[in-house]
Order: sequence, then C-alpha cells, then structure tokens
Amino acid sequence: MLQQLRELEQSALTELEAVNDAKELELWRVRYLGKKSQLTQALRGLAALPVAERKTAGARANQLKAELEAALGQKELVLRNSQLSVASEAGYFDVSLPGRPYPVGHLHPITQTIYEVCDIFASLGFQVVEGPEVEWDYYNFEALNIPEEHPARDSMSTSWVDFKAEGVRPMLLRTHTTSLTARMIEARKPPIRLVEPGRVYRYEASDATHSPMFHQIDGIAIDTGITMADLKGTLYEFARRFFGENRGVRFRCDYFPFVEPGVEMAIECTVCNGSGCRLCGHSGWIEILGAGMAHPRVLERGGIDPEVYSGFAFGMGIDRMPMLRHGIDDIRLFYNNDLRFLSQF
Amino acid sequence: MKVSLSWLKEYVDITLPPHKLAQRLTLAGNEVKGMQVVGGSWEFVSVGEITAINPHPNADRLRLVTVNLGTEETTVVCGAPNLRCDDKIAFASVGAQLYDGHSGKLSRLEPAKIRGVASRGMVCSEKELGISESHQGIMVLPEDAPLGMPLADYLGDVIFDLDITPNRADCLSVVGIAREVSALTGQGLHLPRADYAESAVPIDQQVSVSVIDPELCSRYSASLITGVKIGPSPAWLQQRLLAYGMRPINNVVDVTNYVMVEYGQPLHAFDYQRIRGGKIIVRRAEAGETLDTLDGTKRSLDDNMLVIADEKGAVAVAGIMGGAASEVSEGTTSILLEAANFNAASIHHTGSALRLPSEARMRFERGIRPELTVVALKRATQLISKLGGGEAAQGLIDVYPGRADHEPIRLSPGKLERVLGVGFSPEQITGALTALGFTCRTDADGDLWAAAPYWRGDIRHDGDLIEEVARIVGYDKIPMTLLSRPIPHQSPEPVFSLKRKLRGILVGYGFSEIVTYSLTSLELLRRLPMEPGSPDAEPLRMANPMTFEQEYLRPNLRANLLTTLAANRRHEDGGIRLFELGKVYLTRPKDLPEEPEVLCGLMSGPRLEHSWHGGDELFGFYDAKGVVEALLAHLGIAADFVESNDPALHNAKQAGIMVSGNKLGVIGELHPKVLTAFEITGPVCLFEINLAQLLNFTVGHRVFQPVARFPVVERDIALVLDEQVSHARVQEIITGFPLVAQVTIFDAYWGKQVPAGKKSLAYRIVFRSLEHTLTDTEVDKVQQKILTKLSRELGATLRS
Ligand SMILES: [Zn+2]
Repeated sequence: MLQQLRELEQSALTELEAVNDAKELELWRVRYLGKKSQLTQALRGLAALPVAERKTAGARANQLKAELEAALGQKELVLRNSQLSVASEAGYFDVSLPGRPYPVGHLHPITQTIYEVCDIFASLGFQVVEGPEVEWDYYNFEALNIPEEHPARDSMSTSWVDFKAEGVRPMLLRTHTTSLTARMIEARKPPIRLVEPGRVYRYEASDATHSPMFHQIDGIAIDTGITMADLKGTLYEFARRFFGENRGVRFRCDYFPFVEPGVEMAIECTVCNGSGCRLCGHSGWIEILGAGMAHPRVLERGGIDPEVYSGFAFGMGIDRMPMLRHGIDDIRLFYNNDLRFLSQF
Repeated sequence: MKVSLSWLKEYVDITLPPHKLAQRLTLAGNEVKGMQVVGGSWEFVSVGEITAINPHPNADRLRLVTVNLGTEETTVVCGAPNLRCDDKIAFASVGAQLYDGHSGKLSRLEPAKIRGVASRGMVCSEKELGISESHQGIMVLPEDAPLGMPLADYLGDVIFDLDITPNRADCLSVVGIAREVSALTGQGLHLPRADYAESAVPIDQQVSVSVIDPELCSRYSASLITGVKIGPSPAWLQQRLLAYGMRPINNVVDVTNYVMVEYGQPLHAFDYQRIRGGKIIVRRAEAGETLDTLDGTKRSLDDNMLVIADEKGAVAVAGIMGGAASEVSEGTTSILLEAANFNAASIHHTGSALRLPSEARMRFERGIRPELTVVALKRATQLISKLGGGEAAQGLIDVYPGRADHEPIRLSPGKLERVLGVGFSPEQITGALTALGFTCRTDADGDLWAAAPYWRGDIRHDGDLIEEVARIVGYDKIPMTLLSRPIPHQSPEPVFSLKRKLRGILVGYGFSEIVTYSLTSLELLRRLPMEPGSPDAEPLRMANPMTFEQEYLRPNLRANLLTTLAANRRHEDGGIRLFELGKVYLTRPKDLPEEPEVLCGLMSGPRLEHSWHGGDELFGFYDAKGVVEALLAHLGIAADFVESNDPALHNAKQAGIMVSGNKLGVIGELHPKVLTAFEITGPVCLFEINLAQLLNFTVGHRVFQPVARFPVVERDIALVLDEQVSHARVQEIITGFPLVAQVTIFDAYWGKQVPAGKKSLAYRIVFRSLEHTLTDTEVDKVQQKILTKLSRELGATLRS
C-alpha cells in the first residue's frame, strides 16, 4: 500500500509538472483527486486493511491527498500568473483587434419619430390612444363634416374595402387619424387630451413623395375655455422641442371641414433656413401640420355641448419629419425595409 | 388657380411687391404655391417694327430684316417664315438671355456672322422668350405695342399659382382673388362695368326656359346675341386664357371661359339656330337617353343626371358638357348664352359617372352662389357683342326657383374672445368684415350683426365670422399660451407601453424593426400553406385596389417578413434578425375586421457575426425559443412549449407557446417548402406572438422573493432515457421535490456512447433551504428519491 502511494505521488507530481493549461489541470485533478482516482479508492479501501497497517497507510494517504491538493493550488496560481505574464511579456497586445461582436438592432425611423412626438405631447398632458385602421365611412368623413359630395373628399382619395353585408355602411381604410378623433369625441367626456398615432392610407400610386400607406398623429384637447391661443402655444411648444429652439414657426389660415378657424403650421425650411429652395417650393416654409378649433357641429355630433366646451384638434404627417431631419429623399425607403437603410438610424 | 398680376391689377390697386402680396394671400388662407415671373429674363429685349425685308446674298432661305427700335434701326439675319413689313415684333439685342429654339437651353445672345453677313440681334419666337413652346415663326405683337418699350414692361407679368381651399368657390375667380387682395391691403376695388346696348328683339319673344327640376337647378339665366361673327379672339384675351392654362378656341367660347375665370361662373354658349323650338327645358335625363357630346363621344345618361333639352331632346349635360349638335361653329350667327346654377352633388355624380373633369364642374361642385349667374351673363354678353360684333336681345331670361337671401348672423365680441383667446375692438371686427363685403350693424346689446356678401356661400354661423376676422386681422395677432386647465385623468393604455417595451427588448437583442404595407397580394399570401378555415384563408379584399400587389389586407405578418428577408438576402449573407410589430386584419361578419396586434420575428443565417473570434453556427429552433423565453422572462411570464402543427413550419421543429392553457403564439423553423416559395435558403426561424394574449398574462407588479441566506449544494446527474422521453418531463419531476431550487440541463447526447433508442441527459440540480445550511446526508436522501422516481416513471438509469 505504502509502495503504491509512493508511486502515485511520483507520477502525480511528474505529470503536474507537465501541465500547461487549465484544461490539462482539470484532467489531472480528476485523475489524481477525483472520486474514481486511485487515491480516493485507496482511502475507501483502508477499512479492509488490518488495524496496524490501516493507521500508517491512512495517515500516509491523507497526507498525500493534502500534498496533491496543495500542489494543485500552487499550479493553478502559477498557470494564472503565467497567462498574465504571457500577455504582458508578449510586448504587443493588439487592442485594435475588434471586440467580440454584439448584434446591434435598430428601431424603425417611423417608430422612433412616433415615440418622440408622443413623448413631447405626453409631457403636455396628452395621453396616447390607438384605434382601428379599417373604418366606417362615418368616422372618417361624415362625423368630421365631410358628407358624401364634399370636395374635401377629392383631396383624400380613398381605398374602399370590398365588404358588403346587409345594413352595413361603407367600409374604408382611414385616410387620416382624425377618424379616431371623431370616435374619441363620441366615446369620451371632456376634459379630453389625446394624441392618436397610426397608419393611414390613400388611394395613390407610390412615388418619391407619395405612399399608399403612411403615418400620422392626430391630437385633440377639449375642455372649458380652450382658445386658439392655447392651440398656437401648444403646437409652438411642440415645434420648438422637435425642430429646435431657433427654427421659425408660422401659423396661417387653412381650411379643414372639421375645424374652425382652420390653421396650418409651417416651420422654416430645414434646407435653406427660409431663403427659398426646391424642397420648400421657394417659399422658405415647410408645412408641418394642420389644426384648428374643433368645429361646433363635430362636437355636437359626438355629444359634447359646444356652448360649454371648446377645443382644438391637429394632425401631422409623421413620415415627413424623419425625411426632413435626415435628408431622406424618398418615402418608399421607409417601407422597403432595406437593412442598409434601417441600420442608419 | 392661376392668376396673373396684370389681370388682378385691372380690378384692384396693388402697391405691394409680388412676393409680399403672395405672402399676405398665403397667410390669409389662399396659399400661393408657386410664382412665375414672365419676362424676368427679358433684359435687352424690346418692341420693334419691321421696316424692310431683303434677300440674303448667300442663302435662299434667309432674309435680311431691318428693324426700327424707336431710337435706332438695325439689320439682322432671320429665317422665320412669317416675316411681314410693318409688323411689331420682339427684338433681342446682343446680351439678351434667350432659350434655344431647338434644345430649349437658356443662353446669352452673342454677335454672329451668318453666311457672311454680320447680325447683332434677333427677332424672337415665343419659345425663345420662354412664353410658350411655339417656334413656328416669330412672335407678332399687337399693332399698338409701343415702339422701343422694353418687352418686360409691355408683356412682363407675374403668374400666381393659388391653392384654393374647397370652401372658397368664390376664389376660383380673378374677381374673387381681387376682393381678397382688396380686403387684405385696404386698396380700392374696381370691377368691370357690364353694360351693353340691348338693341335686338326682346329675348322672351324668341326663347323660353322651363326648369322642371328646381332641386338640381336653382337658377337658369340666358341671353341671346344675334349677328355674331365667329373668329379668333383678340391677342390679349388669348394670352390671358393661355396664362391660365386654357386653349383659345374662338371668340364666343373664349369669352365664356374668360368670364368663368373672371367671375367664377361657368357659362355655356349654344348655337341658337340648333335649339329646336327656341325652348330650353332643364330636366333629369330619361332612362336610356343618350347624347353625342362635343368631344365626339356618345354618352349614356341616367335619371340622376340633369340635362338641358330643347323640344326634341337633350342638347347638353348640364354643367358638364355641351352636345355636338348645338355646338358653336364657324357658321354660327346667333348665340344663346346660358349662365345657370346647378346642384353640386348632382354635378359631382354626373361628372364622375361620365369621367369628365372640367373647370366648370370643379366650380359647380364647390357650390357657387346663384346670385352670380346674371352678373356673369351680362359680362359675357357684353364681351361677345363687342368681340363678335353681334346685337344683344333686349332683356334676359332669368328663372330663379332657388332664391335664398343671406340672413345676418349675430357675433358677440365676447364669443370671439372666447374662441381666439384675444379680444379685438369693435372697429377691428367691423373693419375686417366690411372690407370683405359683409354688411354690418351693431345692436343695442353691443352684438354685431353681419350679413355675408352674395358671393360667399361658406358663411353659416358665428364661427365663420370669427375665422374671417382672425384671418384678415392676422393669425400672428393671436397670442400663444399653454393649456392652463388641469391635466385630464388618464386611463391606462397598456398596449402602447407593452409594444414599446417589446420593441426596446428586441432592438437590444440585435433585432431590426421593419414596417411593411398592410396591403399585400393574394399570390404572396398563398405562398404560405394555411390551415383550412383559418382567418388567413379569407383575407379582406379592397374594392378598388391600386395594383394587385396592394389588393388584400394582410391576415398575418409572416408573408411580408419573409419577403423582406428574401430582399435583404440579396445583399447580406450575415445573420439577419428582423421583427415587425403591427396589426393584422381578420374578417368579421357585419362588422369592422378585428385588428389584433401581432409580434412576429425572423432569424436567419449565422448566429454570430463572422469575425476573428470565430462562430459560423446557423440560427435554429432553439434560438427562436431562447428569444421568446427571454422576452417572456422580461414580462414575468412562464410559458410551456407544446406540440404544434402549423403547416408553414417544419413538422418537428415547432412548438406552441402556452400560458395557463392559452396559446400565445408559436415558434419554429420555416418549412422547407415555404422557404422555396420565398426563394430563401434556410434554416429560418420564426416566432409569432399575439399581443392581446400576451397582455393578459403580463405581470403588473411582481411579489418579492426572499434571497437565500444559506449556501446551496450542487449535484450533477447524468441519466440514460428512452429517446421519446422529453426533457420537460424530467425537469417537471425533479423540480417537484422539496429543497430543489433550480434544475439546469447542461448536456444532451445521442450516439455511440449510449444504446440505440436511448439518449443521455445531464442535469445540474441546485439544492437550497431557506432555513439552514444543508448537509450532504440531507441532499443525498432527496437525490436518491429523485432517482427512484425518475427510474419508476420514466425508466431512467444513472449513466455510469
Ligand atoms: Zn427651402
């Protein structure tokens, strides 16, 4: 037995000497100190030995175990140090080699813009709501003072859904998120302060500036005592935060059937800063959104008394904003989803 | 609507420079979207007169033309076919900027020697001056063109291109814009006098008009001019029509168009001789009635269309197009001139049914006022008599069943302030309205009563008055304030925040978000096999699809994602991780479709970026599963992955995501057949989650679990099992035992080391007690029980 242990010690230490890395060290540990190692078995076999022999052999085996464990610890330390020194002694550790790659994901620029705009309005007390894209003719048009023969319908060429059932009104793809404004006026009681982002659709062939599908955000604030000064102030605050402190903002009269007075807000052209260029049609201004004071008949139709409550509504195209900000010249890029495009944002 | 500055100046004094005027109009609601300066490049071009034409000594087709410029005479070489002595022409001296007659390029005129003769100047064509495309010959100016005057002073102009909003039919006219300019600038308005000699037989002895359907025709006015000579219009009239964008035809038709542009009232001229019985009947078309219109087309009419008929039948589609038979032609001598007011909706119906857009239709559709008919009729009668040399009949026919006067509307100054947030003085309010032609008076209560002028059809209540005041005073006079009322109560909208959270997580995992069209093609959808009866099988179709690629509302996100993946594969062979989070549209009977939000993602290609760190393994089933497990862990949801049979996915490599018996979605590798259909090489893994279901199980606030104070004990076991026994069953049994805190599978092996039909799974079990430090004996006991149960229930043996 003692002879056996001596041989074991010999071979273990010799082999340990030859160990060069952590992997080999682990193999060595299993072989000499593992559960199935000779030493462990020797220790288990002690019981079978005569008492006298058991004592000396037991002491020797335990001593050997401690010795080997110490050697193992020592070797571990040596290995770790040697690794460090290899690195430093190599003299040239190439930090310019690329790091281990982590994939980089990208949020779609349209989504980024929607979040940015919604966040600004959220800080002004507006809550985000979303609504149906396939819509009844009523909410998209009628409820907004746009009856069937209204010329305003011509400017919003409509995609109609092929859906006919008895007693069912015409169904369409909403041409503006204002349809949700009509729903909210009907569904909620003032005070109301909402923004409504989403997809909208037009019956239009696509080209660099037109897409049959694009995105809008509408907004509405209804309460007692809301004035056009509030409309201007709120939208100015939005423009200032989104487009920057120093960008000029202009309000002018425009017409939308569901508001009165009607307003268009424009910002100073982002390319020429107001001196006139092709992007802004040489006017120096770029239209950003349409707005106005909620039309009394629209409020009435939704069950809100226009003698008590007033409010303003606005709607803006989303796609245009990243186009202006990043100089994107073709709206279709948003929906082609080429990763070479998306990964730039 | 195009309006030239020179035309406007006939009706209103304009002192503002053109760009300032454009700005004022734009701010007040009539947007000037374009401005074209005619003659801006006409420096060195002036009015000249041809005094002599001599042959060129060296070329048969060229002439030597002597031009008198008032103070000097010069001779140039010219090849135009229409040279005539004494004609007034536009002469360009050296230095002028001219468009090349052929290439259209703008360049500076240089002295030249043409076939040996020096030529220092040029007689210009319209094209060379940029007036039109005409390069047939030189432009001949009217006889009274002042000799020597710079052409820019004589013909130069500014054309404003205005975007007229649908509510302002009155502004689809030069007079309408002039009224706006007058109100905005305070300059006087002077409209043309429409007087003429009424010398012929009274009209009512020659023409009768009856309006059968007064709903569709609120007013019908007519005049009669006899002895007219049809011929071309004078140059000034032709030029104005051209500048507006209309083609001159003959003096009569041109006058009807001119007055339409001038006043906004469409007119129609009939050849009186062709109106059988001298009778005009305004009625609905009869079923099956047809009319040959003047564009040479036979039109089928229906009984929702209004026609102008004579004794025998229809002679015109009211307000849309005249009939060929009663058209004014060269031989016409008597003109029956119509100015009528037709119902906007009816015109819209007829115009779209016949697919005839026109300037007249557009004006009727926007609702012009019936008061206009006689004003425009008189003006047109005057011009035709003058230009066509005819005699106007005495009187007019005026059938006016739809008379309605503008009632005054009350406006309290307090209401104006409540809407605008700023008060204006009574003088400011009355001043703005009066300038626009409103009649105003103030009552004893200090309220204002304003009646709209006859040409405004869009003023119906006090809100309209407030808008008029605001836009004339200027929106810039309204202050800016922030909402001062308390922020309204907000009810939670969890879907929006859930979507935002999911997007954030996936982007963090290296996914790129895509946004694809909601409309797609049936062909694309059919590339995915569908379970019979699934909503995918019956997508909602558009009634008027633009293209077949945009015909159906998508019932899933998969097709678009796969198309996007295939498109990106053309230039990217690395790992691609894509997701879309959006709506799908599922048909419902008698109602709007259901629009559930779905999260769908794809992973394909090498899992790691190809780099010096290595790594070329491809994405597979367990990558999709890993992403979903991590996503759910973020939301505090534990899911089971169960057998699934989605026909678009690989038969074996797919699983349903189940939470408490509800299916959240599915994961799997795409079926090879699907990959072939989309021309992608695989494997491609997919995950698809229904957001509404996900939201149901999202944990709002998690309950705190105490952190263990006592050390854990780890044990590794390697089991040999039948191949069909799933990891989930092993895990379930182990975790069922007390003290087991965690079970992790760290190895799975099939192959030579185990018997056929068997596999080996190795687990690390972590034991822990919250009360004390565990002893080996305690752990041994539990481990033994675990092994016994695994052996009894799953036939597991310990791997030796
Ligand atoms: Zn610009």
